[in-house]
Amino acid sequence: MLSNSKIFFKLLLFLLLAAALLFAAGCSREAASDSEPENGVDDETPGVVKITDRIILATTTSTYDCGLLDFLNPLFTEKTGIEVQVISQGTGAALETGARGDADVLLVHDRKSELKLVEEGTFIDRYDVMYNDFIVVGPAEDPAGVDGVASAVEAFNLIAAGEDIFVSRGDDSGTNRMELRLWESAGIDPEGQDWYLSIGQGMGDTLRVADESMGYTLTDRGTYIAIFDSVELVIALEGDPALFNQYGVMAVNPKEHPHVKYNYALLYIEFLMSDEGQNLINSFQVNGERLFFPGYGLK
Amino acid sequence: MSRLFEGIIEAFRLIITLNPALLQIVSLSLRVSGMAVVIAALIGIPLGALLGLKPEKKTRLLNKIIFTFMGMPPVVAGLIIYLILSRQGPLGVLGLLYTPTAMIIAQVFLASPIVIGLTMIGIRARGCDVEEMARSLGAGSVLIAWTVIMESRFAILGAIITGFSRVVAEVGAVMIVGGNIAGHTRVMTTAIVLETRKGNFELAIGLGLILLIISFIINSGLYSIQKGGKNG
Repeated sequence: MLSNSKIFFKLLLFLLLAAALLFAAGCSREAASDSEPENGVDDETPGVVKITDRIILATTTSTYDCGLLDFLNPLFTEKTGIEVQVISQGTGAALETGARGDADVLLVHDRKSELKLVEEGTFIDRYDVMYNDFIVVGPAEDPAGVDGVASAVEAFNLIAAGEDIFVSRGDDSGTNRMELRLWESAGIDPEGQDWYLSIGQGMGDTLRVADESMGYTLTDRGTYIAIFDSVELVIALEGDPALFNQYGVMAVNPKEHPHVKYNYALLYIEFLMSDEGQNLINSFQVNGERLFFPGYGLK
Repeated sequence: MSRLFEGIIEAFRLIITLNPALLQIVSLSLRVSGMAVVIAALIGIPLGALLGLKPEKKTRLLNKIIFTFMGMPPVVAGLIIYLILSRQGPLGVLGLLYTPTAMIIAQVFLASPIVIGLTMIGIRARGCDVEEMARSLGAGSVLIAWTVIMESRFAILGAIITGFSRVVAEVGAVMIVGGNIAGHTRVMTTAIVLETRKGNFELAIGLGLILLIISFIINSGLYSIQKGGKNG
């Protein structure tokens, strides 16, 4: 009995120690990678880049999930030695993260709110960095008969009239805000209707739910192109000027949050707005299609 | 159906070829949850032993509170730690949000009540007899506590393992406080959420398989320990 208990105690102690050592090793490795990154982890970065600091970028699911930031950020890191840590949320959540001072720089798409928050002094140095458009996607059978309709508001009216399933982000994201504005223009309050599914998730999830439930949804073109080979949804409506989708980049105001890395945030903004950055955005393709167009889209 | 099948094949390929991105994610998961459980054990075993040796009547309210916290939804734990660690929260100056440390704190918060509760139950089951016997043999209080813990070692080990399997499988807390940053705070469960959203089912299934394998190993260990406990 006694020897048994000793063995088990030793085992327990060993397990605890092993876990502690494993973690300590991990920590020291991480600390070491502050000055010299491992080749294995940053395998997208050619050569050895000395990482001197990090900034946190709060952004939307649409810029991250399609791979744009995985394409741009390593090039920024290579130039400056600053690693960009990406938190991808809905635009509403990203604005909140920035306003709380939990991020240094933002890349979001709700121009009206962005300009208002800049005016209020929450954010600073905002630029129109790129644009694309929203599209309405739905099942190929097109039960609402949206095909051939010119405006999104009209399409939304048809969907509501036919009580066809519409899947909403429901997460206060830029896309969600755009969608709610369209319902408002159509004079319809979809909240609580049987055919209106508000799921509170990212764009990819929402497309997947729309796909599975044979419903319509509003999406940014980028996310749809990035995942369209894994869903059966087709474009039901595109080209309505009301569906214009402008992205903005801006820094958290250091006067509000003195701890933010404002100088590095500025470097990042300068990188995106430079000729090189704008050309890179222009050259980015997924499944053979361009997802974002540089600069400001409306004349 | 074919997608699931293809996913599983691709998943095995990723595992067998030791894909660096996959390894990095798995290793961070094990480190964060491992560290969280070590801390939870250091907090939970002494507290659980203390409570387990008190008569049940005296700790009734405390028991109820601990049992409630044992069932704490991970997202609630995540939300609480997020609000504490956010720059506008009470510990915001530490700048810990979106770091592995924040994830460990959240998981300690989840695992500690489990270790406390299960240790307490285990010790209550046989602790009092052991305590009396040790006392009658003239042992001091430290020695008594030690003897009691040793006699309940199977229950305690079970408590630790249960705590680990809970935190390594949770997604809600680490997503909120870690932010799922690639190469920095991305663990198995948050990576599965992301890759599913992006339609990369191969990596998602691969990580899911690894989680299942880890769970199998842990539960096999737990099973044999408990069997050993009954025999001993």
